[in-house]
Amino acid sequence: METLAFLFQWGLYALLAVTAVAAVGVVTLANIFHAALCLVAVLIGVAAVYAALSAGFLAAVQILIYVGAIMTLVIFAIMLTERIATPASGTANRLVFPAALGSLVLFIVLSRLIFSTAWPLRPGGNAPLTAEDLGRALMGPYALPFEVISVVLVAALVGALVIARKDRP
Amino acid sequence: MIIPLEHLLVFGAFLFAAGIYGALTRRNILGILLSIELILNAVNVNLVAFSRSTSLSPETGQIFALFVMALAAAAAVVGLAIVLALFRIRKTVWTDEINLLKW
Repeated sequence: METLAFLFQWGLYALLAVTAVAAVGVVTLANIFHAALCLVAVLIGVAAVYAALSAGFLAAVQILIYVGAIMTLVIFAIMLTERIATPASGTANRLVFPAALGSLVLFIVLSRLIFSTAWPLRPGGNAPLTAEDLGRALMGPYALPFEVISVVLVAALVGALVIARKDRP
Repeated sequence: MIIPLEHLLVFGAFLFAAGIYGALTRRNILGILLSIELILNAVNVNLVAFSRSTSLSPETGQIFALFVMALAAAAAVVGLAIVLALFRIRKTVWTDEINLLKW
């Protein structure tokens, strides 16, 4: 039991490291198609982190919505707008050095803040939530935001259709 | 919790910083959209980690992560529609060649 927990812990650290490397690939790879595939790896890694944090419903939703729907759309758009076989030159603008410096400083400051803050932790963690708990919360205290989200999704659907259609009346 | 909360938060901060870097340096609009998805995922990691470990209401974090996912889907759909419409008119996806609103 002890070795199992140990393996699980270090497996999770390895998962975090692989996901972070894939995230660096998303923002630095020259070929945008490879960057999109790296983002798929990041999304699957994040879904595995959700599963390790016993948020199984969110892991399933992450795979379904992000990997299944959003990334399919993005790769579709990349294939419509890009010649994948010929690698594009100059995929980054002149901001590479200042942006790298800025995000590094941001990361260091955030990490220092994270380690110096006293988080209101519950020892041992909360009990894992089931899909039923989430459903009850969505239909109870969060009913109004839930309805607003559905209105937003319908508006985005209609707006995307209007923007992307070919002929204007 | 199997690993300390702080390590997950640092992981989230790393994803966030990488996303900021990508959004600032990519010349391809689709690359910027990918970086924004990365930023939203960093936020979701933090929300789920808090939902598991802090003493506040545990559903709130996961429900907000769900809302963030829904809004990310809406943003991606509208953004890709704009990219496709722009590509049809200007035949480019490079941000520095799209200067319709300059002067």
